[in-house]
Amino acid sequence: MDTIFEFLFSRDFLFYVFSGVTIGSALAMVTRKNPVASLLFMVATLASLAGIYVLFEAHFLAAIQIIVYAGAIMVLFLFVIMLLNLGHDYQKDLKGGAWAIFAFVVAGAMAGVLARQYGGIEALPIYRDAHGPQVIDALLAEQGAVGVMAHPLFTDYVLAFELTGILLLVAIVGALALAKRRV
Amino acid sequence: MELDFSSQAHYFLALLPEIVLTVFGMIVLVTGVWNKEGEGKAGSESLGAWALVGIVIAAGANGWLYGVTQTGGEGMVVIDRFRLFANWIFLLAGALCVLISLAYITRQRIQAGEVYALMLFAVVGMMVMAGTENLIVLFLGLEVMSISIYALAAINRRDRKSAEAGLKYFLLGAFSTGFFLYGIALTYGATGTTDIEGISQAIRTGSAAGPLLAFGIAFLAIGFGFKVAAVPFHMWTPDVYEGAPAPVTAFMATGVKAAAFLAFLRVFMVAFPQVPDDWFPIFWWLAAITMVAANLIALVQSNVKRMLAYSSIAHGGYLIVGVVAANQMASGAMLFYLLIYTLMNIGAFAVVISVAYQGEDRLQIEDYAGFGWQQPLLGVFLTVFLLSLAGFPGTGGFIGKIFLLQGALDAELWTLAIVLVLATLVSYWYYLRVAWYMWMREASAPDAHASVFTPLSMRVALFGAAGLILFLGIFPSAFGFLDFVQSSVDSLFGAAAAVVQVAP
Repeated sequence: MDTIFEFLFSRDFLFYVFSGVTIGSALAMVTRKNPVASLLFMVATLASLAGIYVLFEAHFLAAIQIIVYAGAIMVLFLFVIMLLNLGHDYQKDLKGGAWAIFAFVVAGAMAGVLARQYGGIEALPIYRDAHGPQVIDALLAEQGAVGVMAHPLFTDYVLAFELTGILLLVAIVGALALAKRRV
Repeated sequence: MELDFSSQAHYFLALLPEIVLTVFGMIVLVTGVWNKEGEGKAGSESLGAWALVGIVIAAGANGWLYGVTQTGGEGMVVIDRFRLFANWIFLLAGALCVLISLAYITRQRIQAGEVYALMLFAVVGMMVMAGTENLIVLFLGLEVMSISIYALAAINRRDRKSAEAGLKYFLLGAFSTGFFLYGIALTYGATGTTDIEGISQAIRTGSAAGPLLAFGIAFLAIGFGFKVAAVPFHMWTPDVYEGAPAPVTAFMATGVKAAAFLAFLRVFMVAFPQVPDDWFPIFWWLAAITMVAANLIALVQSNVKRMLAYSSIAHGGYLIVGVVAANQMASGAMLFYLLIYTLMNIGAFAVVISVAYQGEDRLQIEDYAGFGWQQPLLGVFLTVFLLSLAGFPGTGGFIGKIFLLQGALDAELWTLAIVLVLATLVSYWYYLRVAWYMWMREASAPDAHASVFTPLSMRVALFGAAGLILFLGIFPSAFGFLDFVQSSVDSLFGAAAAVVQVAP
């Protein structure tokens, strides 16, 4: 009995569970015709992705993922869809079955090639020399979960960080310019 | 002056042109809010003047950066002559587009504050794209530019076509951005870094994962193809270029295209020169198909804006030849060609805006009948721009094409060179057809073009653009300009040259 419990809560098994839920709900999200349903599947995708982050011991990232994406942004999406009353649109809007099949075949072939690649990836030099779990554990102990993210964000990646600010400003200005009532 | 990126204050100096433009963008934005509706004309033009002041100061900062060298530290921004030359092109495109849009924006009663602010932000995005050596920052620059342009394309709220153009561009652009981002992710997975020098090093030392890298490069190429509207990915271009407000179209056709080309020139010349097999065939076919298809479709267009859209796709094809050639000659030629292309394309759009009464009224080719005789100055200008676009001897477009051809021949791309020449010959037909309508056809009425007006700002832009095109077409090497262009691409090939020396 204990061994089954251990197996069910082992990292390997949980990883496959979360991965399966992520991929399954992502597929469901793009195939549902009802916008509300596909949005809820997207929430499921994001939430199970957060589970994978937890397995990687990126707890801070997982919390952010839940709070910002699954929590705030997706709920806003849901509000917008319901307010605009888009939930009753069950018409089929994807046309061309042949193209859909073609797209799935191409995507599947790519996934196969990538899977083959990742199979032997540990042998690659860049992965052998990459920061292993020990390095990350040491960093976490030294700086804490937030510090490990904040430190590079404001030093090495400060340009990207500031640029993201401008990006958000541009997006807000653009959205307001297009959406305000009186021009 | 020496910059050391281990001190964060030096980022401010290294990014001075971008920071100046961002600050002026915000000034224009906030001033635009206070601009009362009743003030209308004067207010809207003063906002454009503010934007111009920002561009001029940023140009000054860009010139100052020539005296700066980087001594230490790892910054994500590069200080090299390639970036600075690219900045000249973007600033020029921005300034010319502001100049030609002043009257249009006022007359169409478009929110001027947002327009000029978004234009400045778009220029910032372009400068970041061409000036970074990190794929993440490149992506952010691309997004700053693209989102500004999406909004600009739809900015004319009274025009259904403008809204359609904005939506189409946004959806397809977002889609292509996904490809581009996935390409970055795969490249990162294959090499363990997003720094393009680091990628090149990982490939050189053999630690990169081959097939993964090939996928990454292919996806990057797809994202690139969308942004420069290379032919299998060009479907959005005619509708968007036709529907967007004409000054925005001019900006899209020049600035955005130049930014995409220059950013990807850096990526492919610095990061991927060791694996030409992964991208050479892709770009070879992109170039060939783009040149042939775009020129053939342009032959049957009767709407001038649409014709210029296909013409810009065709010019993208010529420029991809420069990427395929992947040598210093061709890259220098691309810089030269992009500069000339910016001048001649914005110039052509300026005359189109004038003919359309600073709006979107008369865009059919029949509307140009007899235009040259009734408005001789504008007629001569448009003729110069069209001849340069077609690549007539004596214009900058001709010199640019010659350099591109020389680069292609240096790389022994015989087929592409022949296709380029033949495509150019085909393009004469549709460019000269407009000129023929202007000079050889009778106008529908003796005063058909009497109410065409060209404000002073647009005349300044037209004189400047036409003058530079003719000057560079006749004396391309005046003031050591050609050497200046060629030396601007040195930094892209410095790493590659070092490799050749190291390799046995």
